[in-house]
Amino acid sequence: MRRAELVTALIMAAFSVYLMVKSADLPIGWVPDEGPGGGAFPFWLSAGMLISCLWIMFNWYRRTTPPSQSDEPFMDSYALRSFALAGGGVTAMIALVHVVGIYGSVPLFLIYYIRFLGRHSWATALSIAVISTVVAFFFFDVALRIVLPKGYLEPLFIPLYSIFL
Amino acid sequence: MEILGLLGSGFLVAFEPLNLGLIILGVTVGLFIGAMPGLGSVNGVAILLPMTFLVPPASAMIFLAAIYYGAMYGGAISSIMLGIPGASTAVATTFDGRPLAMKGKADTALVVAASASFIGGTISILLFTGFAPALAHIALDFGDAEIFALMLLAFATFVGLSGDDIPKTIFSICIGLVFSSVGLDIMSGEPRLVFLDITGFMHGINFLVLAIGVYGIGEMLWTIEVTRGDTQMTKAVISFKGVIGNIGHMGRIWKSWTIGSFLGFFVGILPAAGATPGSLMAYGVAKMTASNPQDFGKGEPAGVSAPESANNAASTGSMLPMLTLGIPGSPTTAILLGGMVIWGLVPGPRLFIDETVFVWSLIASLYAANLFAFIINVAFVPLFLWMLKMPFTILAPTIFVLSLIGGYAPTEDMHDVWLMLIFGIGAYLLRKLDYPLAPAVLAIVLGPIAEPKLRQALLISGGDFSVFVTRPIAGPITIIAIILILLPVFQLIYRKMKGKKQAV
Repeated sequence: MRRAELVTALIMAAFSVYLMVKSADLPIGWVPDEGPGGGAFPFWLSAGMLISCLWIMFNWYRRTTPPSQSDEPFMDSYALRSFALAGGGVTAMIALVHVVGIYGSVPLFLIYYIRFLGRHSWATALSIAVISTVVAFFFFDVALRIVLPKGYLEPLFIPLYSIFL
Repeated sequence: MEILGLLGSGFLVAFEPLNLGLIILGVTVGLFIGAMPGLGSVNGVAILLPMTFLVPPASAMIFLAAIYYGAMYGGAISSIMLGIPGASTAVATTFDGRPLAMKGKADTALVVAASASFIGGTISILLFTGFAPALAHIALDFGDAEIFALMLLAFATFVGLSGDDIPKTIFSICIGLVFSSVGLDIMSGEPRLVFLDITGFMHGINFLVLAIGVYGIGEMLWTIEVTRGDTQMTKAVISFKGVIGNIGHMGRIWKSWTIGSFLGFFVGILPAAGATPGSLMAYGVAKMTASNPQDFGKGEPAGVSAPESANNAASTGSMLPMLTLGIPGSPTTAILLGGMVIWGLVPGPRLFIDETVFVWSLIASLYAANLFAFIINVAFVPLFLWMLKMPFTILAPTIFVLSLIGGYAPTEDMHDVWLMLIFGIGAYLLRKLDYPLAPAVLAIVLGPIAEPKLRQALLISGGDFSVFVTRPIAGPITIIAIILILLPVFQLIYRKMKGKKQAV
């Protein structure tokens, strides 16, 4: 945990410097007749971020905060495993939206999670997956007219569009 | 007394069968839309606006106002049940609402939220009835410096009281403010902070992307690790007696909803500010003036009633500049204003004189909408509680899916969904290191209001920062804000001095 605290502070400090540089694309001082330049607000705030990171690193050195005092691992094996399975699943679900659309990837994700990670029965997993997908379609696409991405499954929806939309 | 007569005739119109039906329908629709993370009153009002051409203008306004109200009630449901703020107006409700739900007291949170919303709505409608034209004048006195000072105060009520790791809190606020400035700069029109030249950043970082990432994905990842596979989430008890008992809480916490209602209404009147800063400030002030500030954030009902009464009071309040000055206070009221213009109603001081029937039936219908929203909300509480009893292994993927759709819905751009995932994973990792994330969410919400006001105020004063302390209204607000921000520093010095004295 101690090492993670320092590493994170260093990464955030580097990010702050990047933000400061990027903000400077626009004027950061006073522009005559226009007031503060566009870059001023983010620049000085990122400077504030940098100072906070330096302060965090100073606290790390003096061991005043709980994470800097603890020798526990940042993520133990259980945490790593659950992060990889759950987080990986969500990432895969989002990636699949580009291919098979929301109505393809959501049922797949639900089945993956409920059946394989949650160890519920196939009946539970399948019924939740199917019902959620159908409800989502009627709530978002039809009722609210927020057309969700369909990916390669678009042709299957054309008859549904002509009926409902 | 003439006002009461006008109000009475307004009620007669409001209780006509068509209007009453529209109120009940609007409130229910608003409730469900507000409860969905990613959707807010804007969605409901925008989409249902065309349907209102079928009915007379007064009825149409009543319907849309009912949706607006219902959504204010509904936002609390997602905050409490899922821990994801349903809309920016419900962010403060998560602070104590979610811990209450985790402790098995979701019914308390839900009923207190509904009751506080009802009280906030009622008080604000009463104030509106009595003082609408006069208050419009006060609102006009609030210029850019004043509104910026108010935003500063909203931040200050937060920082001064957090007690968390100070540099990490400052970091959180600053990064939230920086993210709020991504996109097109309002004043110069130039693109700002378009990371790696990805075009998706040109429309900025929507508050919901950060909020759903932090509170949806980040929270779930955190809970998955922390609960270590225990599937039972909350043990909520559903009973009719329980519901009534919870209403009794309201008596004890009267200070919080009084503060919330008045503060919320007043902040709502101001054109730039609305329910969001109002609810956040109400939370901060209620915590400051409470006898038990240390309980806030851990499941104190007053921490739910303050922001909830404030956001309902503010939604009534934000109708005031819309009707009296023609200035919409929020995107939703902007759409309401658009509707009014389409129907040939001209907002402004003349509205109260030329269209008395319309104005007073609208005000009367707000009372009715408030009442029905409360009844329907409380009636649905057992349903919401039943949903909470789902095993975690079903709740978690549901929330992930809701986050996905909720992240997509506001901008219909997959870029925002990926950004939300990155924020979620980042939030989870940072949370393990005790970085508070609520200030970042607060910052990204208030940033777009605070920054233009700051720049305009400086532009008018010619670069003179003293304008924030010398103007009669802005001055006291700014000074209070600065004191609150420096409070932790004073406390630190005070503690060190006491320690030294004892050592000697």
